[in-house]
Amino acid sequence: MSSLVEWAMFRAGRSVLDPLAAVGRFADLMVEMGRGLVEVKIWFPRTMEEAWSIGVGSLFIVLMISSFTGGVTALQAGYQFTGNIPIYVVGSLVTESVVLELGPVLVALILAGRIGARYAAELGTMRVTEQIDALESLGRSPASHLLIPRVLACLLMIPVLVVIADFVAVGTGWVIAKSTLGISNQDFAYGARVYWHPLDGWYSIIKGFFFAAAIGLISCYRGYTTQQGAEGVGRSVTGAVVTTSVLVLLLDVILAKLILKP
Amino acid sequence: MIEIKNVSKRFGSQKVLNGVNLVVNEGETMALLGPSGTGKSVLLKAIIGLIRPDRGEIIVDDQHVESLKRVALSKLRATIGYVFQNGALFDSMDVFENIRLGLTDEAEFKNPEYARTRAAECLRLVNLQPDTMKKMPAQLSGGMRKRVGIARAIAGKPKYVLYDEPTSGLDPVNSDIIDALVTRLKDELGVTSIMVTHDVRGSFRTADRIALLTGGKIVAIGPPDEFKESPVAEVRAFLERDFDLEGNGAAK
Repeated sequence: MSSLVEWAMFRAGRSVLDPLAAVGRFADLMVEMGRGLVEVKIWFPRTMEEAWSIGVGSLFIVLMISSFTGGVTALQAGYQFTGNIPIYVVGSLVTESVVLELGPVLVALILAGRIGARYAAELGTMRVTEQIDALESLGRSPASHLLIPRVLACLLMIPVLVVIADFVAVGTGWVIAKSTLGISNQDFAYGARVYWHPLDGWYSIIKGFFFAAAIGLISCYRGYTTQQGAEGVGRSVTGAVVTTSVLVLLLDVILAKLILKP
Repeated sequence: MIEIKNVSKRFGSQKVLNGVNLVVNEGETMALLGPSGTGKSVLLKAIIGLIRPDRGEIIVDDQHVESLKRVALSKLRATIGYVFQNGALFDSMDVFENIRLGLTDEAEFKNPEYARTRAAECLRLVNLQPDTMKKMPAQLSGGMRKRVGIARAIAGKPKYVLYDEPTSGLDPVNSDIIDALVTRLKDELGVTSIMVTHDVRGSFRTADRIALLTGGKIVAIGPPDEFKESPVAEVRAFLERDFDLEGNGAAK
């Protein structure tokens, strides 16, 4: 009986202490990255390499996802609204849905898998094969060599990829709406403009920026704090993708509440 | 000089180091023997500040490693070369870039001509051809990776070198080359070394003193001849496999 009580107390203690320890480790990492920012000559060239790598490397998947998203939105809008509501509403619905929600969120979820998994796996493998220890033993900062370039590359490239996705999705939606619903260019353009607010484009970019921070920071944190060999790397990768995806959806709600005022 | 005073370290419920005391003098080569899992590598990592001890002091060149700030620790690390058990080469960089990162002097690091010459020199010291520089770590065998790791550790001409099993997995010829390198670094450059190893014969050839770490403590320490005659049961058990202790004490 007493061992059961001890076990329950141990589990309860761990359930409080483990998240607190994780918050502490994350804060430590942020402080390290803040200090590493002074080493511009180290992180700047690596950031450019990373940005090029994730930007070009992710372009195909982003183009594919955004094309399908725009097309499907146009088809579903046509299915729901034809006959009851003016056809130009399809233009409004495609543009607003894509720019406000689908473009940034779908791109972020795809990139959470593509970039987040890659970063967590790279850093996790470097941790378990002692490469990060080796870097430290040479008196060099893992923050400026490994972490800052990855996080900044995300902050630079993901908003750009979101903007590209917005344009491609709206364009594809336009083409699909025109070819399947018979909407004219003038009607689609009118619909796209009629409910458009100047904030909408910025909102999409701001979301891209916050999602980029979530992807970069969480995946680097999970990879950097990997423990216990190959199994640990697997756990870090899964944890990075799941945590980042959930955080993207959570940020989506918070940003909508904070920024979009009716 | 490296001084380790009453150092303890625990991982979860496992107490790995339990009041370790050790002094390594300037220019001395200390071999640290001990069964697997007794915290030899943990002790090496604590010396360079990669692991913080729970208790005790680690003093290198009169600096308390466990309480050094980031910049001071980086400066101290620049004077210490660390040879990792499996090389720990950066797999996204070729051999040259790996060795170049070992140049802890910024002026030398930024001088490509010097870096290339020094990399070739270090590769020759560990019995590798200079054209190995162009290869990626994935193209090297385990033994070659280990030797490139040693080349990286000595590239910055460190005052101290910490070796974590430098000869494990190497063939006898290359083990002898590494042993000779340790001796040469001591004789020519006065490098102070701590060598964690299971290679008992190699340690008798290269070390000035040998220590046995077991049960979280140093249980025996002394020059090779003295160590071989130690009455401590753990030492006898450890040496039995490599030496004919019942006979005249010569290596088998």
